[in-house]
Amino acid sequence: MKHVKTLVPATLKRSAQNGGCGECQTSCQSACKTSCTVANQKCENTRIRKQPSENQQFSIGN
Amino acid sequence: MIHTFSGLGGHFVLDAESGAVHQLDELGLALLTRVGPEGPMTDVCPPAILAALSRVWPPEEIAEGWDELRQLRDRGELFTPAEAYRAPEAGRLKALCLHVAHDCDLRCGYCFAGTGHYGGARGLMPFETARAAIDLLAARSGGRRNLEVDFFGGEPLLALDTVKQTVAYARAHETEWGKRFRFTLTTNGLALDADNIAWLDAEMDNLVLSLDGRPNVNDAVRKTPTGAGSYEKILPGLLAAARAREASGKDYYVRGTFTARNPDFVDDLLHLAELGFRHLSMEPVVLPEGHPLALREEHVPTVLAAYDRLLAIMRERGDFSFFHFNIDLDGGPCVYKRLRGCGAGFEYAAVSPEGEVYPCHQFVGKAGFRLGDVWGGSWDDALSGRFAALTVETKPDCAVCWAKYFCSGGCAAAAVNLNGRMDKPYGLGCALQRKRLECALVLKLRD
Repeated sequence: MKHVKTLVPATLKRSAQNGGCGECQTSCQSACKTSCTVANQKCENTRIRKQPSENQQFSIGN
Repeated sequence: MIHTFSGLGGHFVLDAESGAVHQLDELGLALLTRVGPEGPMTDVCPPAILAALSRVWPPEEIAEGWDELRQLRDRGELFTPAEAYRAPEAGRLKALCLHVAHDCDLRCGYCFAGTGHYGGARGLMPFETARAAIDLLAARSGGRRNLEVDFFGGEPLLALDTVKQTVAYARAHETEWGKRFRFTLTTNGLALDADNIAWLDAEMDNLVLSLDGRPNVNDAVRKTPTGAGSYEKILPGLLAAARAREASGKDYYVRGTFTARNPDFVDDLLHLAELGFRHLSMEPVVLPEGHPLALREEHVPTVLAAYDRLLAIMRERGDFSFFHFNIDLDGGPCVYKRLRGCGAGFEYAAVSPEGEVYPCHQFVGKAGFRLGDVWGGSWDDALSGRFAALTVETKPDCAVCWAKYFCSGGCAAAAVNLNGRMDKPYGLGCALQRKRLECALVLKLRD
């Protein structure tokens, strides 16, 4: 493409497929304590084995 | 919904619902600006837009640009319709903030803890209370393995014996319980010495060190009980602690707060960097309107310009990180995490020295927000449920905001304290948050 260059693909919907295990850090614990930023948190799925029972708590509705 | 923004000489568009980000040339930006954030984007460029832009670009080039954007739309990466994500069920606690000290050896002018005592009596948390809190966390965490405990106050080093016993108790039960505890301690640095720095380095996964920047800025607000400035007293300990963390490769942040006195806070961040601190955070103060240190609407342009200035500086030098410009576009949190943010009230809670549990550290002692206690007393599931029900989709201001999946709805405590309700975010904070996100995206995308 000449006028547009994709830098980041559509990641949110993809993250719904394997997300929701809840093992990630609580965002307010890291440094801020007064404002909420979530996007700078890491996903723990890449580092630990997920608990199967925790992965069955969500679904996508329409 | 899309959001176009520019920085460091580039133009970008974020597709809010899919998370896709694209770089645009001038024509691409002009086209999307005319379509507007909500679309719709038609298959063919509308005549009005074609006519308007034909003064600058040839019609065939405009049609070409439009077709490229349409392809992104068809791929689900532009003007993607909202998905009805259903938040996971709540109820599993995974993080506790232990207020081991409702007392402090500083008297900071903006302290939301009321200089350490949270409006109640000054006091320290006995180990028995902390142990009961650890038991509560383990019991209410279900199958979650990673649990977080933050030692907070007041000044937690005033209760270091409790902190040490609590860490030893939790570590001793990790294998039995199938848990992994991560500990964080937030300190003003006054009581840091070689011995406790070594212990903190060994045991804390993260250490948060409080310093507001230049001596005159820090000392105007962060004072000792006698009213003297704290900078000279705390700096040696903070530097030693940071050096220890650098040497061991463990996480730390030097965390400052900027107020109405220094809305152009970049020189304070640079001062911290010049001192040798590498991991920096600078938070906007959150205070009620009328407080002399509170940020007001009139400060917003100055703060936004400060973020732009910081962005340009960080583009040129890579010797420090800024917490709010960190962003993970590839391996970041899943959309379920992004729906509800910090988890206050259901995943995250705070414990007072007396063992009472509140939705987060900023709610401690606040009437109507007591969740329960660590002694097995009743638990306010209805209150917990009210927090869990707050998502970016249920808060009207958030549902229509492009930044919703990055900030995840903002701080509930700020919403209550400044708007009197949990479902209406603190607008001034939102304006600053959106700017920080734009800067974070630009910094990442221009790498």
